[in-house]
Amino acid sequence: MTVGNVQPDVSAPLVEARNIGVLRDERWIFRHLDLKVDRGKLVFLIGANGAGKSTCAKAVLGLVEIDEGTIRRSPSLEIGYVPQRLAVSPTMPLSLRRLITITDRFPARDIEAALEAVGLARLGDPPITTLSGGEFQRLLLARALLQRPDLLVLDEPGQGIDVAGSDVLQNLIGDIRHELGCGVLLISHDIKRAMDTGDDVFVLVPHEQDDLAASLAEGGGEPPDTAART
Amino acid sequence: MLDDFFVRALAAGIGLALVASTAGCFVVWRRLSYFGETIAHSALLGVALAILLNLHLTIGIFATALAVVGLMYFLERRDTLPTDALLGLLAHGGIALGIVILSFFPNMRVDLHALLFGDILAVTRTDLAVIWVGGAAALGVLWWNWRALLAATVSADLAAVARLRPERARLVFGILVAAIIAASIKIVGVLLIVALMVIPAATARRFATSPEIMAVGAAAVGILAVLGGLFGSMSWDTPSGPSIVVTALALFAVVRFFPFAPGERKR
Repeated sequence: MTVGNVQPDVSAPLVEARNIGVLRDERWIFRHLDLKVDRGKLVFLIGANGAGKSTCAKAVLGLVEIDEGTIRRSPSLEIGYVPQRLAVSPTMPLSLRRLITITDRFPARDIEAALEAVGLARLGDPPITTLSGGEFQRLLLARALLQRPDLLVLDEPGQGIDVAGSDVLQNLIGDIRHELGCGVLLISHDIKRAMDTGDDVFVLVPHEQDDLAASLAEGGGEPPDTAART
Repeated sequence: MLDDFFVRALAAGIGLALVASTAGCFVVWRRLSYFGETIAHSALLGVALAILLNLHLTIGIFATALAVVGLMYFLERRDTLPTDALLGLLAHGGIALGIVILSFFPNMRVDLHALLFGDILAVTRTDLAVIWVGGAAALGVLWWNWRALLAATVSADLAAVARLRPERARLVFGILVAAIIAASIKIVGVLLIVALMVIPAATARRFATSPEIMAVGAAAVGILAVLGGLFGSMSWDTPSGPSIVVTALALFAVVRFFPFAPGERKR
């Protein structure tokens, strides 16, 4: 296993994974995945529940060690991460604005701009326990945006939000990519949306179902630049 | 002024409350109270080992506490036992082992009562120096690691992506808890030290609107508990350590059932 950095090159991918797999308790959570995110591209990673999508996202982020394959990240890659869930203990008093600065300090003006971008600016500074699922997701997105990421990784951002809220969030993510010029890796199980809006789509299926992966890649319509694991 | 045992007790108690109650917020946030109990219980083994190896008591307690912290990290990753079972095993195994070892030294008189409940009125000038110098160092460590500790508590993944090294923060905090407990056994004892970490933090949660306010509030509640407990113990001739904890409990009850709590009412 090697995790190396490539030479500075604007056209080089932000992150490129080749044939990666994660092994846990002698079982492959996922295996044989290729994935590439270029600057300015919206890339989907789709798969059924239990296919190892979140683990794969964490592997790309460097939070989980891979057991085979290689991951190359562009040098000094700034990553913004929006996790699927954040279980904050209710014993910790956190307000909306305090959570934004939990890992880094940002200028007040930038914070306002980020909150404005995700539509939370008018909410004031309520305790995070009073936020709805959609508001909380957008708050995490604002926090990730403030990091000025080269690569934005979102793990199932529509989960637990109604369809209307999910659409708002998806459009937001599309806009952000153009404004910041960053690459976006979106983990999702929404194949239709991935095919409609993604620049690239990678498919992850449970390891036991290799044949299904092949048939999905061949028969799943022809979206722009569809890539699938082999 | 420091010649007076009561003044020394006050100074020691306030110094201890400042550190223990502030760090106690993380114990509450990270659900580590039973982890704290385990370290405190291991102090008995520490005392036994200190006598066996002819070391200073506090050093023996600190070394044992560190070993327990290390063992916990090791076992948590490798073992299939759930964390609470592991902690129970270490806590009570430590006590039993300590008592058995002590029984080999029948001539060695160990004041078990003082060990379990502390004896703040017997604090010496050296103890005071240890508490205030060590306490200042502990607060410094908390201050410098505040952002990393807080981020790691909210989400280890977010902290790691932001290069804040959450695993390191976790270890630093484990060592800090070990040090605080080792330094305070003499004052509040094995059975009550965790109360001084948890109760003020739980009390402050009721009115706190940010982690920082909660930490400062917890320290204030801790100091109030020490003052109330010591003056109460002098007036009514009650044991000092338990009196401090009872005062903290009373403060918790008052704040808990107080009708207005801004931390919960806001918005």
